[in-house]
Amino acid sequence: MLLLTCPHCHVTAEETEFAPGGQAHLKRPQPEAGDDAFESYMFTRPNPMGVHLERWRHAYGCGKWLIAARCTVTLEVFGTYPAQTAAPPAEIVKKIKKKRPEWEAPA
Amino acid sequence: MSHRLPGGGRLIDRGRSCNFTFDGHVLQGYVGDTLASALLGAGRVMVGRSFKYHRPRGIIASGAEEPNALVNLGEGPRHEPDQRATTTELFEGLAARSQNVWPSLSFDIGAVNGLFARFLTAGFYYKMFIHPRAFWKHLYEPVIRQSAGLGRAPREADPDRYELLYAFADVAVIGGGIAGLQAARQAAEAGLRVLLFEQTPHWGGRAPVDGAQIDGQPAGEWVNSTVEWLEKQENVTMRTRCMGAGVYDHGYLLAQERLSDHQPGAEGPRHRLWRIRARRILTATGAIERPLSFAGNDVPGVMLASAMRDYLVNWAVAPGRRVVIVTNNDDAYRTAIALHEAGIEVPAIVDARAEVRGALPDRARALGLTIREGMAIDKVQGRAQVRGVTLCRHAGAGGAVAARIECDAVAMSGGWSPVVHLWSHCGGKLTWDAAQAHFRPDPARGPTDHDGAVFVQAAGAANGALAADAVLRDADTAARRVLADLDADAGQLPAAPQADSAPEAPLLPVWMMPEEAGYAHRSKMWLDFQNDVKVSDVQLAAREGYRSVEHTKRYTTLGMATDQGKLSNINGLGVLSQELGENIPDVGTTTFRPPYTPLTFGAITGEAKGALFQPLRRTPIDAWHEARGASWEPVGQWRRPYAYPRAGESRASAVTREVNNTRQHLGLLDASTLGKLLVSGPDAPRFLDMLYTGMMSSLKPGRCRYGLMCNENGFLMDDGVVARLDAQSFLCHTTSGGAEHIHGWMEDWLQCEWWDWKVHVINQTEQFAQIAVVGPNARKVLEKLGGMDLSAEALPFMGWAEGRLGGVDVRVYRISFSGELSYEIAVPAGQGLALWEAIFEAGQAFDVLPYGTEALHVMRAEKGFIMIGDETDGTVIPQDLGLDWAISKKKADFLGKRGMMRSHLQSPERWKLVGLETLDGSVLPHAALAVRPGQNTNGQRLTEGRVTSSYHSPTLGRGIALGLVHRGPERIGEVLNFAGDKGQEEIRARIVSPVFFDPEGERQNV
Repeated sequence: MLLLTCPHCHVTAEETEFAPGGQAHLKRPQPEAGDDAFESYMFTRPNPMGVHLERWRHAYGCGKWLIAARCTVTLEVFGTYPAQTAAPPAEIVKKIKKKRPEWEAPA
Repeated sequence: MSHRLPGGGRLIDRGRSCNFTFDGHVLQGYVGDTLASALLGAGRVMVGRSFKYHRPRGIIASGAEEPNALVNLGEGPRHEPDQRATTTELFEGLAARSQNVWPSLSFDIGAVNGLFARFLTAGFYYKMFIHPRAFWKHLYEPVIRQSAGLGRAPREADPDRYELLYAFADVAVIGGGIAGLQAARQAAEAGLRVLLFEQTPHWGGRAPVDGAQIDGQPAGEWVNSTVEWLEKQENVTMRTRCMGAGVYDHGYLLAQERLSDHQPGAEGPRHRLWRIRARRILTATGAIERPLSFAGNDVPGVMLASAMRDYLVNWAVAPGRRVVIVTNNDDAYRTAIALHEAGIEVPAIVDARAEVRGALPDRARALGLTIREGMAIDKVQGRAQVRGVTLCRHAGAGGAVAARIECDAVAMSGGWSPVVHLWSHCGGKLTWDAAQAHFRPDPARGPTDHDGAVFVQAAGAANGALAADAVLRDADTAARRVLADLDADAGQLPAAPQADSAPEAPLLPVWMMPEEAGYAHRSKMWLDFQNDVKVSDVQLAAREGYRSVEHTKRYTTLGMATDQGKLSNINGLGVLSQELGENIPDVGTTTFRPPYTPLTFGAITGEAKGALFQPLRRTPIDAWHEARGASWEPVGQWRRPYAYPRAGESRASAVTREVNNTRQHLGLLDASTLGKLLVSGPDAPRFLDMLYTGMMSSLKPGRCRYGLMCNENGFLMDDGVVARLDAQSFLCHTTSGGAEHIHGWMEDWLQCEWWDWKVHVINQTEQFAQIAVVGPNARKVLEKLGGMDLSAEALPFMGWAEGRLGGVDVRVYRISFSGELSYEIAVPAGQGLALWEAIFEAGQAFDVLPYGTEALHVMRAEKGFIMIGDETDGTVIPQDLGLDWAISKKKADFLGKRGMMRSHLQSPERWKLVGLETLDGSVLPHAALAVRPGQNTNGQRLTEGRVTSSYHSPTLGRGIALGLVHRGPERIGEVLNFAGDKGQEEIRARIVSPVFFDPEGERQNV
């Protein structure tokens, strides 16, 4: 069971206090989007062995959504940040790159 | 024959004897015995039978790794199967029964399987029972199920209490042997919060049995003084009988404490499940001795050498009168010497190594014991008890029988394997130690925590340090490493204690004895004693192409039983590697999964059972329903009245009465469970336009509109009436089960997609009671109550108004889910019951009756109103349900718009909502399928529709149903064939409009 720190209320809590929400930073297509763009948004998810940016909601805490940068293999958490961003903050990218130089933030 | 010695036994109290029964026979042991030591002390060598061949089996080990001595323990509701005799503490009156025996332990019919052993090889079930296919269901499966399983499950509810406990620690030390004690001591000295758990009732582990000296005193004394010191430390919590069960992500640790198994009837919980967050976990879990694979190694009387030493030293029990030792290492000589010194005859030490030198063998020689170098056991003689062994050369195929030795017990030692389970649970990797022929934790590849740091540290024998001096050094190093990790002050730590250990010569890896034994021998060499897996089975699997150790495990069942291969894994792996011609580390191990030993379901459940299993949500009017004898129905976590049957009345007649009364006079429904989300803010209108398929921004204050919510796939998710309160706020009703989900859905979009929109959502579901006043007399009763103008002109259909009714502040919505004149009245929760009672009282003059959820369902179906979860199942779009009118064509975007544009969702071939009427007026079975001629590729009948809701309509006096039918609305008037329940005749039903009653809506709009 993971330990996550909520970037909104700064509580470090058990995974059971959070609800997972899948891949972060998806770009929602407009209704005019073609089938490929829509399929990619709805269904095509990477399943990385390595660093993953994933959405969590502090469901049994402050109720806020956050994003965790977590390695799916070692379970290391490089940081959490509020969901109200379009891309991971520079300091978290830096922290990830320090340990995983080959990692690239998803476009 | 095993027996109790006249003196000795460090754990038993000879002054206090204990009576217990085994298979009904009254036997005697001592306080301090385990059931296993007491059985052996009473001369019981054979204690059970094996799973597949029903071979006689004796006690082989002295701890949690025991595969054979599993018993049924206790009586009635406290009966428990598969309890290991070796870890069961004896108490007065203990009742144990052998299992997997019929009709009795000594005469067992299943033993006939042994005669067919050559046909019951690896994969036998897969090969034998696959043909003919029809035989599986009717013949094979029932017979196999009858004979499968070890113990018997209790039939009554567990009367004992269990509890969960949460704990936090800097360091959790698992294992209270000398390694665990030393590591805990150093962590405590440095001021850390320490948890120390030992699975047995005693501290000290093997060291006192093995006779080590620590800092010049016997190990037992060092253990006592260390435990005494630890017990005085405020930062140390210690528990015996507490098993470290599993290590999980980020330092989460599970442990089970057994509080009263050894003292039945004691107050308090029986087991306690510890849920621990530890910054570091130190596994000092020791090592387990490996059996040797020789023919007949499962005959009762063959035992692990270390276990024999335990029985001798701890419980003064001798396993036999003449004991042959067979080994590939020096440690077994400790058993030989201990037996000899206790006066037990040791006719030979059979050592597979060609040349045996070293302190321990020399001491054995000096005591006059015979060492047979380079020799192996050819066969064990005897069936229910060892009668002797024959010897041969270990090298090659063994050659001719070199000697026969009469004996009644055999002590075997194939080397030691560290207990790496807890290290491995959360991803810790292992490294192969060729010198000691075992896997041990690879410190470079441990499980990592949230900071990326290794959080498990193995210490002592669990880390591959086997001799006492090495154990203490390793434990001290491990503790210091943890202290450094946690920035603890290690400046003043005392030096590690010194132990004297005789140097031991290297072992000789032995996976089979003799090393090239023939088939007849190999098919009598047991690897997994509990599941009857032999050397020959693993070899057969390898020859049949099984290369992966995980596949071999499943194919042969090696290591799959309750002991989870604690004795068999490494030996099986050795055999498999040899057969594959690969190195052991290349073949790898199977996955270690928690728990280390089985947990009771009770401990996992804790107090979360019965009324405490999950919260029950009750409406403010719940007590009134209860007093009226409501028949309850769970709706999400709520309970709602299904109907209010009168004395002697069936639920079905109650529903009919409630429907008729509501349609003819007046009905009251407690609708408080309806979700109520208050959405407000300057951007609330555009937000709701995105969430609902319809247009909400154009809704006028004072008006209500029915809305649909879809997910991004376009599939219908929830529905309800939205009331616009003012320019910036809306009250959104959701389904009863959907309030929390839809609230979360709204928050998700507001926080993660449109976070710059100014909208606020509050879930007010529990702040209001809601009462539906329904039927032709609805207006009359509310007018009688007085306070508001509720005329058709003042409050038209789909309008809402605030005011006072009967002296209570209310909000009245003129909406209808029944097709009748209907007011839904929202009132602050605290006044819900008072208003309900006031309306009910006033309604007496208008023939009022309460109605439940089933009457609600029937009336909405009569009107063709859909129900989320009945007409929808997560694959249905609004257009399938004829709800195109509720989808805005003007909006550029809404959730689900793009999804429902996909070609297969727009196809005219979809199944769509229709009404269904049986030709004979009967009620269609729920979920019945409309069948048509022909079969699909699986041989199943082709279908063209299904029933989604089906009821008897009291209003129409016949069965009515809603269903989804292929091109349904184009086929009104056609007759379909529906498959009946349980192979009845097909039922014919006509496709009709889904609105069965009052299609013009005249009744509700008055």
